[in-house]
Formats: sequence, C-alpha cells, structure tokens
Amino acid sequence: MTSKIPESLPFSIVRSTFASKVAFLGFIVVFIAAVTLPWWGGRADMRLVVEFCYYLALAQLWNLLAGYGGLVSIGQQAFIGLGGYAFFMMAAFFDVPPLLAIFLSGVVTMLFAIPTAFLVFRLSGAYFAIGTWVVAEVYRLSFAQVSTLGGGSGMSLPISVVKSISASKLEREILIYFLALLLAMGVVTALYVLLRSSWGLALTAIRDSEAAAESLGVKKQMTKYAVYLFAAFGTGLCGAIIFLNKLRISPDSAFSVSDWTANIIFIVVIGGIGTLEGPIIGTLVFFILRGVLADFGAWYMIFLGIVAVVVMLKAPQGVWGLVAKRYGIQLFPVGRKLM
Amino acid sequence: MLELQHVNKRYGSLKVSDDLCLKVAEGHALGVLGPNGAGKSTMFNLITGDVKADSGCILFNGQDITRLAPNKRCRLGVGRSYQIPHPFSNMTVFENLLVGGIFGAEQSEKQAYSACYQVLDETGLLPKANVLAGSLTLLERKRLELARALATSPKLLLLDEIAGGLTDAECQQLIGTIKKIHDNGTTIVWIEHVVNALLAVVDSLIVLDFGQKVAEGEPGAVMNSREVKEIYMGIST
Repeated sequence: MTSKIPESLPFSIVRSTFASKVAFLGFIVVFIAAVTLPWWGGRADMRLVVEFCYYLALAQLWNLLAGYGGLVSIGQQAFIGLGGYAFFMMAAFFDVPPLLAIFLSGVVTMLFAIPTAFLVFRLSGAYFAIGTWVVAEVYRLSFAQVSTLGGGSGMSLPISVVKSISASKLEREILIYFLALLLAMGVVTALYVLLRSSWGLALTAIRDSEAAAESLGVKKQMTKYAVYLFAAFGTGLCGAIIFLNKLRISPDSAFSVSDWTANIIFIVVIGGIGTLEGPIIGTLVFFILRGVLADFGAWYMIFLGIVAVVVMLKAPQGVWGLVAKRYGIQLFPVGRKLM
Repeated sequence: MLELQHVNKRYGSLKVSDDLCLKVAEGHALGVLGPNGAGKSTMFNLITGDVKADSGCILFNGQDITRLAPNKRCRLGVGRSYQIPHPFSNMTVFENLLVGGIFGAEQSEKQAYSACYQVLDETGLLPKANVLAGSLTLLERKRLELARALATSPKLLLLDEIAGGLTDAECQQLIGTIKKIHDNGTTIVWIEHVVNALLAVVDSLIVLDFGQKVAEGEPGAVMNSREVKEIYMGIST
C-alpha cells in the first residue's frame, strides 16, 4: 500500500525520558569518579573496579547474545580463553606491543568464532547451549596439549614483556585499570548505540518473537551471526585484559565454565535479562553478595545458587525487570515515543 | 501474482497440504473457507516460508520463492498476519510497526516513521501508539497483526482470521479498512470464519478440507455448492 507522505508531520518522535536524563547525570558522576579513582582510591579499590569492569562487560555481552539474540551460550569461556592465549602468544612469542596485542586478541577471537558459529548454529535451544559448552571444552583440551604454551599447567607472561608494559607495578596497575574501564564503558556505550539504532529494533523484535520478526523482513539468521561475532570480539578483548591483569594463564583458568559463564549468567539473570540496565544491577548485586559472604567459604556458592533459584521463580525478569515494571522507568532510552 | 503448484506438506501420516494448486491474480481478493484443521493456516505458512514445503512449487510474481527465507519473501512483498497474534510484547505498538516499516518495506527510519504513523491512523491504533504491545487486548493484538503487516507495504496481504470476536460496528470498520487496502491495488488472501465479512470484500472463494482444495469459484456459487454444505452443515446429498 503506497500513500503520500504529508510534508509537515503531525507528530514528533521523542527518545528520552525524565528518568533517562537523570540517569545520564548519574552516569557522568560515576564516570568522573571512576576516571579519577587512581588519584584518590587505594590499589585494592582499583583491583576491585578492574574486576567489576570485566564482569560488567562480559555480562553485557552475554546479555546481548542470550537476552536479545536468543543465543543462550554456556560456552563464552571459549572466547575468554582464546583472547587470553592469543594475547600471551602475541606478546611472548611475536613481540607484538601489548596494547596492539590486546586489540588483535579480540580480532583473532572473532576469527575463531566464525568456524565455531558455523558449527553451533546448526543447533538450537538447549542443544545450542550444550554445543557451545562442548566446543569450549574442546578448546580447553586442545590448549592443554600444546607444550610451548605450558600444556595443562599453563604459562606466565615473560618478565621482559611485563617490564615493557611499564617499569613499576603501580603504573602497570593504573594502565590495566584504565584499559578495564575503557572496555566496560566501551561495551556499554556500543550496546547502547546499537540498541538505539534500527539494529536495536531488529534485536528486540527477535527477542520477543523470532517468527514474527522474520515475517516482517528481519534477517534473523544474519543478525544472530553478527551478534555472535561481535560478542566474541568483545569477550576476546576481555580475555586479553583479564590475563594481562593475572600475568598467568592456564587452560583450566582460561576456559573455566564457572568463572566466565556460570557467574555471568547469574549476574544477567539476577539483574534482568534483555535490558541494558539489568547486567549493571546484576554485577552490583554479585559484588555485594560476594563481599558480604567472602568469609563463609563454600556457603557463598550455595547462597548464590539459592538467590538465583528464588529470583528465577519469583521474578523471572530480574531485579531491574521488577523495578521497571513497578515504576515504568528506563535509564537507557532506547525506545521511540510518538508525540 | 501468486501461484501454488502441487504443493505438498505432511506431518507424519497427516497431510496438511495435499497437492494444492492455486492461482491468485494481481489485485484480486480471495477468501479461504474450511473447517478447523483443514490446512488453511498451513497454506499461509507455506506461502510465507514459516513452513517449508515437502514438494511442489510456489511462485510469486513469476519468481520461484519455494526455498526462500521468510524475511526475503516479506521484502519481496508478502505480508501476513498470524492467527494467534505474535506481538513484540515489550515494544510499543508504534515500534512494532517500525520493524515492518524499516526491515520489511526497506525504508529509512524517517520514512518509516511517517508511513507507520499513517498505518496507525488507518487501522485506528493511533491512541495506542505508545502502549506496550504486551498489554493490548486480544482484539487489539489482532488489529496490530494487520497494522504490522501493512507497515511492510505488502503487494500480497495474507490475513488469518482477524474478524472473529468483533462487534458489528467494529466488523464494519474492519471491512472498510480492508476494502480500502484492496482498492489501493493490494492483492488479498483472507482466511475467515466470519463469512459475511469475507463476502463483503472478496472476489472469489476457495474451500479447503484435509489439505485439499474442494471448491473454488465465484462466492455465491461456492457458498451454495454441495461441498460447503457438506462440510459446514453436515448435509450429504
């Protein structure tokens, strides 16, 4: 049906809300506080924020996959490990400057994700989830076989490389701090821009009904591939930064399903899947619980499990889902209101 | 415009499309009747690609679309409404339409804004533009199905039971909307149990039963045919 478009439109499109404007100010405050932290905070604070940043980035990326793309992967540790190992190999064996090596680690990880996607995209639903896990295990076992990488016991970043990053330990920690901050801010900003664009409409449509999205012209399969590769790139970057921070890598720590996937799923589910706010809330909750329960040993994991089960039963939309429903607010204005 | 050639689809031993042949000319409005489980919605799913045909051929404007992905068929001009509404629950009604406007009709965001505004206006959904689709009533969701399909600017519009449960006044309004779409040159295939609504719009009728086409022709003649009487009234002559 074609109809003429009137010259002066009887409406306008509004994209921000009062809450989002307030939230934007809040983000600026947090941003300033974070950027200046090395000058007023201690080294322990910095280490905590570094960890917070990569968990946040990983949670956002997993949320993009599972919450929007419907790709419930439990094998993202494959890309953490690939990113980490790619970084160690480039820095230790090929003398690639560390910063460049981090970026290239993301690229290499994405290249590995192409054949991985080809394999796992033949599966769907629960089979996809298991398939991604199996692939990650295959990567773990493969890396354990490579003796130049230290086999199963792993390898350390050579002192010469560590020294080339910076002379003192403090300087290195500050550098890693800003890298992690950049990573988290970069991922959140990129996803925000993505979700505001028409890609966001397609992703949200796929999230709500794959069949209807496809019948309205959305290229579902291509969109899913793109999301998968983007998440692999970001996850690979995370992996590089995580193991630059740790200075040591081994197959078990690099391809750990509990560290890099179980915790991340916990964060996203608790916070609220399929929203940008959810993973932020979830990461905060995760760190608070971890801090409070740090002295209780194994009880900590048991308690996290109970919290996850209760949230899934009582509030499947997560903490943010409850808040958003109750008060109708949106901190990241990705919608379009017709006025 | 649309041609089905010997299209077959079976689930196990159940034939939901049995050697189905059909031709719909451009600008035509075709009504589809048949009891529940006759394969009416399956025929739509085969045309849109939601379900893949086992054998046979589906042509759209002379192009073989039998193996194309649903999104490709949409962009070629096949728009559909689902019998059971599939709204994007956490998006507003307006955003639901934008998906069709941007990806189905391949317009820029700006163009889609105006086009979707007009569709909202024509389908009476304008007051609901900023409401989340998940909070709509069933009738509103059916209207949204129609509006969303229109937002893709289809050349062929497939409507699957959108008149059920409407009051007389609402039904008249719906008939008016569909007539207008038809008058603009859009080809329509409409599955509907509300026969008087169907007869107010369509140029011809087909009747499906057990995946087969059992009657076809001018509406009056089909309604009076032996097949329709047998299926709908249990009269066997």
